[in-house]
Amino acid sequence: MAVGTTERGALTHPDIERLDDVNRDVLKMLSVPGKGWWALFAMCVAGVGLFLSAWFWQIYKGIGVSGLMSPVGWGVYITTFVFWVGIGHAGTLISAILFLFRAPWRQSIYRAAEGMTVFAVMTAGLFPLIHVGRVWHAYWLIPYPNSRFLWPNFKSPLVWDVFAVTTYFTVSAVFFYLGTIPDVAAARDRATGLRRKLYGAISLGWQGTDKQWHHFGKAYIFLAALATPLVLSVHSVVSWDFAMSIVPGWHATIFAPYFVAGAVFSGVAMVITLLAPLRKIFGLEAYLTVKHFDAMAKLCLFTSLVVLYAYLSEFFLAWYSGEDPERHAFWNRLFGTYWWATWTMLVCNGFVPVMLWFKRVRHSIPALFVISIFINIGMWFERYVIVVTSLHNEYEPFAWGIYRPSVIEMSIMVGSFFWFGFWFLLFTRLLPPIAIQELKEVLPPPMRKKKSSEVAEAHQ
Amino acid sequence: MSAQGILASYEYLDSTVDAIENLRKAGFDDIKAYAPYPEHHIEHALGYGQSPVRVWTLVGALTGTSTAFAFTSWTSVEWPLVVGGKPIISIPAFIPIVFEMSVLFGALSTVIGLFVLSKLPNIKPAVVYDPEFTAGRYGVYVEADGSRLEEARRIMNAEEPIELREGSADA
Repeated sequence: MAVGTTERGALTHPDIERLDDVNRDVLKMLSVPGKGWWALFAMCVAGVGLFLSAWFWQIYKGIGVSGLMSPVGWGVYITTFVFWVGIGHAGTLISAILFLFRAPWRQSIYRAAEGMTVFAVMTAGLFPLIHVGRVWHAYWLIPYPNSRFLWPNFKSPLVWDVFAVTTYFTVSAVFFYLGTIPDVAAARDRATGLRRKLYGAISLGWQGTDKQWHHFGKAYIFLAALATPLVLSVHSVVSWDFAMSIVPGWHATIFAPYFVAGAVFSGVAMVITLLAPLRKIFGLEAYLTVKHFDAMAKLCLFTSLVVLYAYLSEFFLAWYSGEDPERHAFWNRLFGTYWWATWTMLVCNGFVPVMLWFKRVRHSIPALFVISIFINIGMWFERYVIVVTSLHNEYEPFAWGIYRPSVIEMSIMVGSFFWFGFWFLLFTRLLPPIAIQELKEVLPPPMRKKKSSEVAEAHQ
Repeated sequence: MSAQGILASYEYLDSTVDAIENLRKAGFDDIKAYAPYPEHHIEHALGYGQSPVRVWTLVGALTGTSTAFAFTSWTSVEWPLVVGGKPIISIPAFIPIVFEMSVLFGALSTVIGLFVLSKLPNIKPAVVYDPEFTAGRYGVYVEADGSRLEEARRIMNAEEPIELREGSADA
């Protein structure tokens, strides 16, 4: 902590005066919800109903109610799976990678971003189960001693994916929970009755003693150091689900970095989509400042350039390779049956973010909100383009086919957004959605006589 | 079991740090400090070194690495089947799983280490405790009795605490 060099907090949060102001403002969010929250929550409950009933219908009737049919065996479910795993990546980027880099703007957004990660990965994890159809056999994914002495094929990227996604979910949930312990203790100390007991149990009797903080700080750094390569590995492994097979349009070494950049891109956009209304509803202008949104917009801009570069290099290399199936795959993307999906992807991910070059746009939160929605749509279509256009025209023209998502598939896809929203809304009311203790670390500490810089010098 | 002690709540960081340093100079060793966020100055004043959590992380991660290597190799040998033209024990193809398991075991063992070292869950929380410690106040608790208690009280009072209370922090 560079306390000695600058007065901490003065730059990022000029409007917060005292340490306990943070408790007051953040814990206020946990009080009785307003009408707006209930309206959104009711909408999400209805959406979860749609999600579950569509899924139950598919379980009852069989996977035939989806549009999946040879040659396109992967469709909206896998697209949405990749989309949600990708969304999760920004949360870990903000909570772990930017933590290790000591980025001064992460504190107030990281808790919400990390919550988003946990719920997004939780949502993503459902999609392979939905996709396999016979969900009651889902435990076959896990290696366990069985009567036929069969083990999963550990050389298969699909098995790697099981390990990557379950590890990612476990580690990010643990990381998320650990970070909330001191803040839930703060909520406990202000609460009464049942809430007090509940928060007391969740915070495990945390009191903020020197010993607790000492070990907590170190454990947190190590978890961040583990989560950092983990998050990069997860979307790399997801990309190998595609890149390891010899389907034209999938079999490319660029896939791992391309997927990771795309994941961060879509995830940061989702953080903007979630935080812009949160800031407005809860009046968090002192905490989520324009500077934070500016920094996130820059991250979006950077990753959009990486993603655009990957698109262009894919097109170039398809032409340069001289391979007919590869050339056809990319020509077909731009001008074939699914041209509209490809162009949506290119416009939303490559051209709309160009506006982020302008400071006026980056400093306008409504503008960022609209751009972030475009990016979310574009990134969903990116995965749709990769999955569907590659499969529907592979090598032999007699085996080509067209895939049309069914109503059930679309209901489950749309319903998953409500399922995610359901958990996220509950989170904003039950756990402090802004990291109380981490924010205090960047605020100037209260001093009786000396400036904090002098205390720092005294201890050098 | 319940030793006598005294708890001071401070509004300012420098008063807290001074109180801790003066108590240590006067020979008090059993000092417990409270803070609303991890404060390095307090840790310095208490003379903290490295946290042994890192050992838990390393041991956990290495356990994960070796478990995953052993498991993937053993299951491949147990039912030898050539897949994708790769050797039965194909180390490069096992690396993703080995990596994920290292991270998983390392992370979980870090958390277990944290819980063991900082005695969480803390089922019997302190008797003297100020709920403002999670909001904006710092605290210092010293275990002492008789004349030592009076001395501690004098040192703590010199730094103008908001509140001074006697009792025991650990039941």
